[in-house]
Amino acid sequence: MTQVSMTVNGKSVSGDVEGRTLLSGFLRDHLSLTGTHVGCDTAQCGACVVHVNGGAVKSCNMLAVEADGAEVGTIEGQAATDGSLNTIQQAFQDHHGLQCGFCTPGMVMSAAALLKENPRPTEAEVRKYLEGNLCRCTGYHNIVKAILAASGQDVSSIAAE
Amino acid sequence: MPKDSGIGASSKRREDVRFLTGAGNYTDDINVHGQAHVYFLRSDIAHGRISNLDTSAAESMPGVVRVFTGKDFEGVGGIPCGWEVTDKHGAPMQEPAHPILAQGKVRHVGDPIAAVVADTLAQARDAAEAIDLDIEELPAVLDMKAAAKDGTTLVHDDLKNNICYDWQLGETDNAKVDEVFANAAHVTSLDLVNNRLVANPMEPRVAVAEYSRGTEDYTLYTTSQNPHVIRLLMCAFVLGLPEHKVRVVAPDVGGGFGTKIFHYAEEAFCTFAAKACNRPVKWSASRSEAFMSDAHGRDHVTNIELALDAENNFIGLRTNTYANMGAYLSTFASSVPTWLHGTLAAGNYTTPVIQVNVKAMFTNTVPVDAYRGAGRPEATYQLERVIDKAARELGADPIALRRQNFITQFPYDTPVALTYDTGDYNGTMDKLEAAADLAGFAARRASSEANGKMRGLGINCYIEACGIAPSNIVGMLGARAGLYDAATVRVNATGSISVMVGAHSHGQGHETAFPQVVAEMIGIDESMIEIVHGDTSKIPFGMGTYGSRSLAVCGSAMVKATEKVIDKAKKIAAHLLEASEADIELKDGQFSVAGTDKSVAWGDVTLTAYVPHNYPLEVEPGLEETAFYDPANFTFPSGAYACEVEVDPETGQVSIEAFTAADDFGNIVNPMIVDGQVHGGIGQGIGQALLENCAYDENGQLLSASFMDYAMPRADDVPFYGVDHSSQTPCTHNPLGVKGCGEAGAIGSPPAVVNAVIDALNSGGKAVDHIDMPVSPSRVWAAMKG
Repeated sequence: MTQVSMTVNGKSVSGDVEGRTLLSGFLRDHLSLTGTHVGCDTAQCGACVVHVNGGAVKSCNMLAVEADGAEVGTIEGQAATDGSLNTIQQAFQDHHGLQCGFCTPGMVMSAAALLKENPRPTEAEVRKYLEGNLCRCTGYHNIVKAILAASGQDVSSIAAE
Repeated sequence: MPKDSGIGASSKRREDVRFLTGAGNYTDDINVHGQAHVYFLRSDIAHGRISNLDTSAAESMPGVVRVFTGKDFEGVGGIPCGWEVTDKHGAPMQEPAHPILAQGKVRHVGDPIAAVVADTLAQARDAAEAIDLDIEELPAVLDMKAAAKDGTTLVHDDLKNNICYDWQLGETDNAKVDEVFANAAHVTSLDLVNNRLVANPMEPRVAVAEYSRGTEDYTLYTTSQNPHVIRLLMCAFVLGLPEHKVRVVAPDVGGGFGTKIFHYAEEAFCTFAAKACNRPVKWSASRSEAFMSDAHGRDHVTNIELALDAENNFIGLRTNTYANMGAYLSTFASSVPTWLHGTLAAGNYTTPVIQVNVKAMFTNTVPVDAYRGAGRPEATYQLERVIDKAARELGADPIALRRQNFITQFPYDTPVALTYDTGDYNGTMDKLEAAADLAGFAARRASSEANGKMRGLGINCYIEACGIAPSNIVGMLGARAGLYDAATVRVNATGSISVMVGAHSHGQGHETAFPQVVAEMIGIDESMIEIVHGDTSKIPFGMGTYGSRSLAVCGSAMVKATEKVIDKAKKIAAHLLEASEADIELKDGQFSVAGTDKSVAWGDVTLTAYVPHNYPLEVEPGLEETAFYDPANFTFPSGAYACEVEVDPETGQVSIEAFTAADDFGNIVNPMIVDGQVHGGIGQGIGQALLENCAYDENGQLLSASFMDYAMPRADDVPFYGVDHSSQTPCTHNPLGVKGCGEAGAIGSPPAVVNAVIDALNSGGKAVDHIDMPVSPSRVWAAMKG
């Protein structure tokens, strides 16, 4: 067992983990932050995307010990402390960008990382950026629309909500 | 003006907030104090006899609680099949045993052989590696046509052959069918494969079971679309438990698409092991495990022939299909290629003579069962592809040929056992032509060609049968379950309402849409109404969610129960208003006496029901009603879809440039949710048409067992979709006039895509008449090279 310490959603946390414990497992099993989901075992689906030191990372593809000392952000830290949704979360609700909700935490975290580096992406840039996030429910239509809307762009000409 | 609440409003989904903030409660988020974890040792061989299985070393590994094998399940029931199909000679289908853990033989890669229960998952997995296992390999049965031959290797030694059933629907007189084809002016024949798919909801399956020695109660948390069905099957057929001692909970479920309908061995195992180990037991599938244990979908090999007269009228249709069942019969596997497939062979057309032949085959592959659309996509694909091929052979316009043969009079009795109640196929096609701007296609093609690309337009129609029912008819057809649904409307003293529904929401937005209906009926705010689902201890009974049935069947039960509530509330209101019950009207949450200004509010009546001081003596206190609803018929959504593709002549790469759907879903409760359902279905249909393929090698090894090998559609594989739902012919036999929308996109989209690719290739001078799905660049390139 190895002790790891990190900051998660602004709070200092620590725990004893096996060397093989993944960051996703540490978040879910040790910290009970179950909003980070695990949908595959080959780093393809992106349901587990979190922010590590400001960048989007698939937490199923990183050992907990690798995140020792890091600043980690998860879906649980995205809304304001009073529970109100942030701009991206609100856009996902406004534009029906989620159905079953399982891929949603990863989508929101990836979208946040995208808009941080590219505040007004084109449709093609959004689609390209989401290559690492699978959704089986929405056909991506309303996810792409929601992210474009969250970037402040007019989406009213895009067919149907 | 769009409405802002009630039926027809695009109310924002209330469930979104918990999903967007990480506060959902999925089964894998549930951890029970003291739980152990199970890891299944699965066969890595497609077909073989277990010659040695020694678990003694594993049993002494750190943390191991107990190791189970098939021996522990001798005398325990197997996984049952929920539909007994009768073959064309009147014999019941062959129905092999489906054990929880392998009994002497393994029959597909992924077949569970042993289960290790340990303190942690890592310990269970480590111990499984210490199990000493030898399997004497047998030839794998994979090719369905070869499997049907006499003398071939048997998947099940105790069956007479590998044919589950040889089934027929429609015209039984072969000579009559032959005569129609002999006299036809033109016959178009097409051999095609409906590719095997894996549903892949983003949440893998999970089961957590606990047992109390004190009360002898079990609780099973599971990723299910229908917790009551799981409880019934597991208690009655597998474990022999009293239903009242078993609670099954399907909490937030991360997508289903059919594959979470079925009762799986892992659910029964965890429930069994929780008692045997006297500890809660949890199983979470990895994605690779999901690929080899979730029921797969589709996998039909078909020849279809269409006969036309000299005026291009469809006069006969004959299909011969081999349908893969896999190694065992999954819960509804047998119904998919038969009553959910053959019955749709007429499509939207007046073809008078139809014969459907289906051989269902056992093979050494993962069991195959319903996947979004279930039989109807297969029926639609073959019909709409053969029509397109006929149009090309005859030089006919594909839309005009379809319109010429449309059913236009309703109700319409098809030659394959259904009665369509409503539809307007020409009207829906009109909507498509406008929404897809088909008039502008020639200019778009010219533009693509100027860029060195071939552009194609693919059109198709679909009809589907949803809300499968009624129970007495499906019972005669072999269903071992009823297909009604139930709802309880519980009005609280202060007027808020909990509605306990049998339908399960795993992405469909029931928690938002169902309250819109009750709010509209009573005239109160949607926020006063909450939907409770997914827990057998909280809801009366329910058949769950599949087959686009939730609103059409369970929603109807909810309407009936709400009507009962309103009827009773009117009696109470009449008493309070000192008026005749017949004169009481309910509008905007106020009960009033017709023609007067006397009224009493909803909340005052509900309070009176629970504080019955001034109360009619003949009326029971309280305000709670239950209704079970068994539909009179299926519902029949229909639509017309258009796809435009560009094909790169150098690489064979296909890109979807536009996709437009015009659907007739009857009345619509929440247009935003309905559009989203269609988007998702189209995404999956494009996935089937261009990308997805579940592949086995010649030894029965599953080649596509991860997202590295199985090509799921990604955001940059698809465009924005156009959807039009303004063609609306309401269902005639349910109270809401709704038809169901969940599967349409997946049913209607694959033929549009393939038709478009074939059109593009022919426009570029490549005389290609068919490419099997997935229409990958290599397949297109090979077809272009002839």
